[in-house]
Amino acid sequence: MSNVLSLTTFLPLLGVLLLLFIPKDSKGVLRNVTLAVTALTFAVSLLILNGFQTNAEFQFVENVPWIAAGPFMMRYNIGIDGISLWLVILTTFIMPIAVLSTYTAVEERVKEYMICLLLLETGMLGAFISLDLFLFYIFWEVMLIPMYFMIGIWGGKNKIYAAVKFFIYTMVGSLLMLVALVFLYFKGMEAGITDFGLLHFFTLKLDLATQIWLFLAFAFAFAIKVPMFPLHTWLPDAHTEAPTAGSVILAAVLLKMGTYGYVRFAIPLFPDAANKFAPLIATLAVIGIIYAALVAMVQEDVKKLVAYSSVAHLGFVMLGIFAFNVEGISGGMLQMLNHGISTGALFLIVGFIYERRHTRLITDFGGLSKQMPVFATIFMIVTFSSVGLPGTNGFVGEFLILLGAFESTLRWWTIVATSGVILSAVYMLWVFQRVMFGELDNPKNQKLADLNGREIAIMVPLIVMIFFMGLYPKPIIDKMEPAIKKLVSQVRVSTPVAQAQSIQPVVALPAEGQAPAPEAGGTHETSAPAASTPQGTTTAPAVNPHDAK
Amino acid sequence: MDMISIPAVNMTPIIPEIFLSVLAMALLLINVFVPSEKKSYLAYLSFFGIIASAVLVVNGWGSHVESFGGSVVLDNFATFFKITFLVAAGLAVLISDQYMDREGCNHGELYPLILFTVVGMMLMASGTDLMTIFLGLEVMSISLYVLAGFNRSSKKSNEAGLKYFLLGSFSTGFLLYGMALIYGATGTTRLYKIATIVGQMTLPSANLLLVAGMLLMMTGFAFKIAAAPFHMWTPDVYEGAPTPMTAFMSAGPKAAGFAALLRIFLLALPTLQAEWSQVLWVLAVLTMTVGNITALRQDNIKRVLAYSSIAHAGYALVGFAAGNATGTAGILFYMLSYAFMNIGAFAIIILVSKKGETNGNVSDFAGLGFKRPVLAVVMTIFLFSLAGMPPTAGFIGKFYLFSGAIQKGYIWLAVIGVLNSAASVYYYLRITVYMYMKEATEDFSWIQVTAPVGLALAISVAGSLIPGIVPSFILQYAQMAVKLL
Repeated sequence: MSNVLSLTTFLPLLGVLLLLFIPKDSKGVLRNVTLAVTALTFAVSLLILNGFQTNAEFQFVENVPWIAAGPFMMRYNIGIDGISLWLVILTTFIMPIAVLSTYTAVEERVKEYMICLLLLETGMLGAFISLDLFLFYIFWEVMLIPMYFMIGIWGGKNKIYAAVKFFIYTMVGSLLMLVALVFLYFKGMEAGITDFGLLHFFTLKLDLATQIWLFLAFAFAFAIKVPMFPLHTWLPDAHTEAPTAGSVILAAVLLKMGTYGYVRFAIPLFPDAANKFAPLIATLAVIGIIYAALVAMVQEDVKKLVAYSSVAHLGFVMLGIFAFNVEGISGGMLQMLNHGISTGALFLIVGFIYERRHTRLITDFGGLSKQMPVFATIFMIVTFSSVGLPGTNGFVGEFLILLGAFESTLRWWTIVATSGVILSAVYMLWVFQRVMFGELDNPKNQKLADLNGREIAIMVPLIVMIFFMGLYPKPIIDKMEPAIKKLVSQVRVSTPVAQAQSIQPVVALPAEGQAPAPEAGGTHETSAPAASTPQGTTTAPAVNPHDAK
Repeated sequence: MDMISIPAVNMTPIIPEIFLSVLAMALLLINVFVPSEKKSYLAYLSFFGIIASAVLVVNGWGSHVESFGGSVVLDNFATFFKITFLVAAGLAVLISDQYMDREGCNHGELYPLILFTVVGMMLMASGTDLMTIFLGLEVMSISLYVLAGFNRSSKKSNEAGLKYFLLGSFSTGFLLYGMALIYGATGTTRLYKIATIVGQMTLPSANLLLVAGMLLMMTGFAFKIAAAPFHMWTPDVYEGAPTPMTAFMSAGPKAAGFAALLRIFLLALPTLQAEWSQVLWVLAVLTMTVGNITALRQDNIKRVLAYSSIAHAGYALVGFAAGNATGTAGILFYMLSYAFMNIGAFAIIILVSKKGETNGNVSDFAGLGFKRPVLAVVMTIFLFSLAGMPPTAGFIGKFYLFSGAIQKGYIWLAVIGVLNSAASVYYYLRITVYMYMKEATEDFSWIQVTAPVGLALAISVAGSLIPGIVPSFILQYAQMAVKLL
């Protein structure tokens, strides 16, 4: 049990070894083995969920020396808290679904495809559980390789351009982050830190100028991955060209790497700089929300539309995170999971019709609901979830984000962002209407078969999650809340340091000291929206001095 | 009558060199009696000779023996580099036989020449006197000129040999001039003594002879390691030379150049570090940028790797400019891993190309990924290692080189380095694009992996991957090696 986290991470890699011994012509065996491996990984990851204690500590920690040479000490240091827990579960949950979706979609080079999927899973899980900055970087980079091959080999007609663009965009960002990482290490060494362990660096006090440079380097790498406006241009290309399973994983998990990077690294490592840049990042997030929604509206290709909707959704996540309060970050985290589920589902849906018609142009469709009632129902539920209709998961996340952001210093940004909710309803419902309703006049569409058993089986777990998280998000929020509170306190605690010369440091300090203590005990029973009221009052004085500057 | 007193000579430091020289001369004799279709035996003999010599070299680890009046030393630094040279030579010998047979130039002199090159390189690494280093350099260079032009029926190979010889002699002139000026400034060629004398100067950076000598020496070595703007010979020579020799040249002599550079500058001229590291800073940026940007536009795969090898010299110069333990140990580590990954990549190029070195464009790799999956995966590992992607040796090497610069405070140098590294990804990816994402136009049925080439590939893959996943032990050896400098 003690190394269940390593087991989860490296099970897919063992699966790769297994696949190597299966002849490449037995496609059925390859698919089933991969499915079994991912399902087993999911099952093992449930053990983590089961054993997870609801507190702010890192759990399932494994920490052994790995590289020790010269000034550096890298450790195999892994563990999860409430923030990474759900992303790990999301990854293991999505993978079997992604594998199932390839059963008829991928007929060529099945073996290589499955190997890529499994390598990707190990890479993603590794990045979520790393508590050593160097180890995180390794997994972060390793992820690129299988995704690059997935887009490049099994993609559409512009696949090479998309794959190379995806690779180089991410690489540029992450290499600059690497420089910052090393610089941070040497700064830490001066303060007596002897390895790359993330937790050591949380205690490191850096002056504001250093923090700004380091934050910019980290934020740039993560912003490319999120992706944030104006660094998002690789995403529509990658999504449009990637095969369905690739798009699903890209949307559901890979994009979360960026937002997760902010929550786990960029913000708590450089809190003062994060505070300083919050307005800028919020501005970019809001531009992303509005701009991507407008661009999505005029897309002719359904997949591209969904890709742009991702940019908008991730904009909301970023807005919530940079509100720096419990509601905002909880909302952001929840929205990350929601986006994983609903956008993953949307890509699957696009994949279903693409497999049938080999086109994704909206104008090629119309009236499908008559021909494919089950498909229509599922598509509708997912659309509602993506739009954020109450009762579905999307609502809870967006609501918390807007609530948190409104209560923070980002009030005006929130007001603009809210219009993005409406815009998302416009483009999603409009595309739904054009594809599903109207006359079934295209003769090619008149013979379309409805979803088969396998396809329904793929969608059912996603739909269950859409409603579960929409109606009863409490268990999920409860598990991540302590970690989020810790993060909020990390961002706030350092604020007085940065504001030392500001107008009212004396007022700010007592508010900092008292705020976390009563909350920790008090809010557990209440659900998150209710918890916002006492939280909001303590927020105001703490943020004010910063505001005054 | 005065007798010329010859000091007692301790032969221990040069036992591997003696062994290899004797072996090389013996091979020259044996060659006469070996019929031309059985020249492979010479390859096997020299391969085992290289292994035996590696055992001798490893035996010397940890000792510090000076000999020949302080002009040769056996220390960990020399030992580490000697291992690198032997790795490069061993791999080159393994991939030579099949190629030379195919090209019809499997003349027995090839293997003794490779061994003589190694002897020269070894002397460069263990020399602590400018003259010893120069002699080593000449032994190495002259053998290399012949090796570059070894395929005597090929015009390109002849051109490569001649070009390398002319430009190489020219650069040797610079080097020798620089050494002469240093001698003029200090009155000695012994590195330790130079260090003492320079250390006693009140303002060494104002000593024109010394500074000019230093810069001229740097120019000479910059030529040998193919640093911009002294790199012009590299693409043509690398393209024209027989591919196994290109592989060897890109790894071995480059490492030897760095060994001598490190030895001279860190041992004899540490007092001038502030000056020479400024020059190296500029040299590193130029070399990386020129190498990478020109590589982007190449179609011939040997030229791609030629320009990439210029860029790699630039990365190593970043570590050298830093001049600290992290950076210099990074150079040692990087040179060793570069030998594995680059010679491995050249081995694949040999397999894919056809007689007369046709089929050597990047586009000729189209579809290799699914026709010959194992070879393509192996090539992909080498390419990602060259690009510096984890978890490969290339990544760890670059990590230490750039970390050295960051530790020294050269943040911008590191930033330029990583941006270059990102640009280089493009042309390495381009090869994988052809291998995996384009349809095959050929069936690659001519590819035959003989046992020696297979062994070379296996060793290279291990050498590119294992130090990437568990780099500690090699890094620790590299750090012990630079400690004594």
